[in-house]
Order: sequence, then structure tokens, then C-alpha cells
Amino acid sequence: MTEDSLPRIVGFLCKWCSYAGADLAGVSRLKMPASLVPIRVMCSSRVNPLFVLKAFLSGADGILVTGCHPGDCHYQDGNYYTRRRFALTQKIFKELGLEADRIRLSWISASEGKRFVDVVTEFTENLKTMGKNSIKAEIFL
Amino acid sequence: MKALKISKLPDDAIRELLLSLFERKKIGGVFALAKTNTHNYAYALITNKELLKNITPTIPLMPANAGKLLSRLTMIEPVSTPIAVVVRPCELRALFELVKLEQAKLDNLLFVSFTCSGVYPTRFMIDGIENKLKAYWENIRTGQILQDLRESCRICENFVPDNADIILTLMGKDNSNESILLIKTEKGKNFLEDKSGQLIEADLELKKIENMRSKRIDEKKRVFADLKTEDFGIKGLTEIFGRCINCHACSKACPVCYCKLCYFESSESEYSSSTLEKELNKRGAVRLPTDTVFYHVGRLIHVGITCVGCGMCSDACPTSIPVFTIFNKTAEHVQQLFDYIPGRKIDEQIPLSTFNKKEFEEVED
Repeated sequence: MTEDSLPRIVGFLCKWCSYAGADLAGVSRLKMPASLVPIRVMCSSRVNPLFVLKAFLSGADGILVTGCHPGDCHYQDGNYYTRRRFALTQKIFKELGLEADRIRLSWISASEGKRFVDVVTEFTENLKTMGKNSIKAEIFL
Repeated sequence: MKALKISKLPDDAIRELLLSLFERKKIGGVFALAKTNTHNYAYALITNKELLKNITPTIPLMPANAGKLLSRLTMIEPVSTPIAVVVRPCELRALFELVKLEQAKLDNLLFVSFTCSGVYPTRFMIDGIENKLKAYWENIRTGQILQDLRESCRICENFVPDNADIILTLMGKDNSNESILLIKTEKGKNFLEDKSGQLIEADLELKKIENMRSKRIDEKKRVFADLKTEDFGIKGLTEIFGRCINCHACSKACPVCYCKLCYFESSESEYSSSTLEKELNKRGAVRLPTDTVFYHVGRLIHVGITCVGCGMCSDACPTSIPVFTIFNKTAEHVQQLFDYIPGRKIDEQIPLSTFNKKEFEEVED
């Protein structure tokens, strides 16, 4: 498989859980598609919906927001706010006819290296069947 | 509920009420629409009771959303003397949202409002709104929706000012010299306690309100169905926002778009030469000004949940983008998601500033 045919995913990884989960996947030598561009954030609630929208409009094929499982947030309840914001963003994507399936919210803990790989692999496969983000072909945004 | 009956036309009745509040030293000022020049109307803060003759609270115009103006007045501290505020229902709802967002304070404000029949686009001031008044009041009497009103007003369901202290009943009002001012709250009662005049028992004109509401809902269905936002996709969005000149007037006119440090006004949103080069390498061309779709959809994500549907955005748009229609239609879905009506209750939290531990399990995995 060439680099070009892989979807590009922009991932926002919470420092305390998902980023550590990704790290664990790495030290465990687990294999996953090289489709993810990780961005570390201090908490999933740091992700302004504008980040997701900007990545989407810039042509990312998928946007993955990850954080600690509900109840496990390092800052007590940051991820509950994230979930509401995500539900809202997804709703607006749907209502404007944008492909809401290109954005995804997943909870991955620091011990779930395997789950991190599974999420990225599954999301990559889904995006492959969806094809390229059509925004790439749109010139005058 | 108790009501005050004043044998005068609506504007005169409100003037008389305010004057009596002034004379009994219940209020120190009035915030209301006033005639400021031959043809112009604007909101004004009036402390000299001689100037009360200039106010025209029911003139069908909204040159600015009063919620935003009142937020400016009370953001740092509440007004020191009681002020009577005469505004439309959507302006009151906007103010309530701003209070929740800690951008305004309600202390010392007495709210007078009325069952609202809508306003004309502000540009109608150019030809003189006076020409329109006859048709306007005639349509209030017959309970019809005037087609040249703002679109936001033609499709508005929340035109009863539930949160006002005193409500002037205007729905279906005939041209008789009789105005009914309902005293809705304890606060309203306190302000009027020693007011002389005839107190009667009265209620909202419920049947006429329901009649109007069902007409507006039909109109809304039609308008929303015509604008197929769900089919927009990126093609539709670039088409409709392709007219945007990036003036940000919609955001400045919007009462609930309140951030002082807006991302879209910041240098962070400007393209550096390297970003520009990157974009050019990717697409081969860049639309200037950049990011109009990003701006509008981004703003929609930010204010959708608190959109009160006043229509200031469409009114302000110099290139006639149907900003209101797109925003309100999408916002309605978002608000339904959280079962939230902006400005309905002051103690109801804005959905994004609170959460339940078990909810929205369908969006996560």
C-alpha cells in the first residue's frame, strides 16, 4: 500500500489517557496503519470544535478526538463537556450535509494500547470505504 | 392576573405608565426605542422625563438587539437606579442568555414587553417606516402575517414575552383607545403598588396567540423546507457563503455572539505567508478573503445553542446571505438535541456549560 492511498486522520489525544495509550501501543510494538497525525492536548475538552472544523475543511479525511473514559478524566469531568460539544458538532455537520462519519469520538485509557490500535485501524478502514474527503477538490472555500 | 387598563393607544399607554413610574420615583430612567431624527429610530436611555415623549416602543423596527445593548450597560456592574426597559421578547431572551454567560446583570431592571408581531428590515427606515404603520396595525388586527416583515419575525414562535414583568397585550389588537398591561410578576406589582387607575382581571389573548403561532409554524415549515440545508454539503456551503465579504457584521449584530477576543478577528486567523504557500501548493488557488465557510460554520457551532432567532444577522448582511435562516434552522435541531430554548428560564443552564454523566452514548465509543 502506498502512502497516498491511506486516509489522513488528524487525532487529538488527551495527554493523560489516550496519548499514553498510544505510547503503550508503541512500546508493545503493535502494528497499525500510518494514517494518524497525532496532536497531544492536555484534555479532550481542550479541543475547540473549531479545531475539528478547521482540520475537516483543510482536507483531513478523518478527525479523531480521544480522551479518558467517562469518570476517569484527570480533571474530573472534562470529557463530559467534550461529549456534549462533540454531539453538537456532529449534529451541525449532519444538518449541513457534511460527512459526519468523518469525525469520531473514542475513549481510550492509558492501559489500552491494543484498543488504541483497534480504533485507529477500524477508523482507517471506514474512511477507506468512504473515499477521499471531497473538500480536497474544492478550491475556493 | 391583575392588569392595568389605560384608555390610550399602545405607545401612549406605555408612556403614561413610565411617566407615572418616574413621578412616583420608582424608576430613574427608561430604556426604549425612540424617534431620534425625522425618519430614524434607535434605542435610547432616557433620564429626563420631559424627553419621554420621544419614545416609540411599538415601532416595528429593531435597529439593534437590545439584549446586546443592555449587556454593554450592565456587564461590569448593575445599573444603580431602577430602569424600565421596554423591549421585544427575543431581545429579552437574548439578555437572559447573556446573563447566563456572565455578560449582563438583571438587577434594577423592570421589563416591559408585549406580544410581538414582528419588525421590518432596518433598511425600511430609509423610506420612512411611517408609511408602513397602517398596514402593520391592520394585520395585527386581522391576525395575518405581513410578507414584508423580517423573515425571522414571520416564522417566530416565541413571540410571547414570558419573562417580562409587565406585558402589553397587542396580539389581535383593534384600533380602539384601550390598552391592557398585564402585571405578570411580583416585581411588576411592587413597581405599580401605589399607582392610581383602574386595575382589572385580564389574561393573555390566548386564542389569538395560538392562531398566530400555528400560522407562524406553517410559515416556518415552508421557509425551512425551501432552504435545503441538509443537502448543502461543501458545495452548497461554498455556493451560499461565496458571497461573504468577511465584514463580520452578522457577528457584531448578533446578541449572543459575545466574545471580546473572537478567533476570527484575531491575528491567529490570518494566513501567514507560509500557510498561504501551503494552501496554494495544495489547491493551486486560494479564495480571498479566506475561510468564509470556516467562519460561518464555526460561528454556527459556537452560537447555535444560544441563537434566539432575532434575525439581526440577516438584517445586517450587506450581501443578503440568508444567515438567519441557515443558523436558525440548524440551531433548532441543536437546541432540540438538548431540549433547550434559549432565554426560556434564567436558572436553566446553557447545555454546553453542564452535563449528565449518562447521556449521548451514541456519539462516543
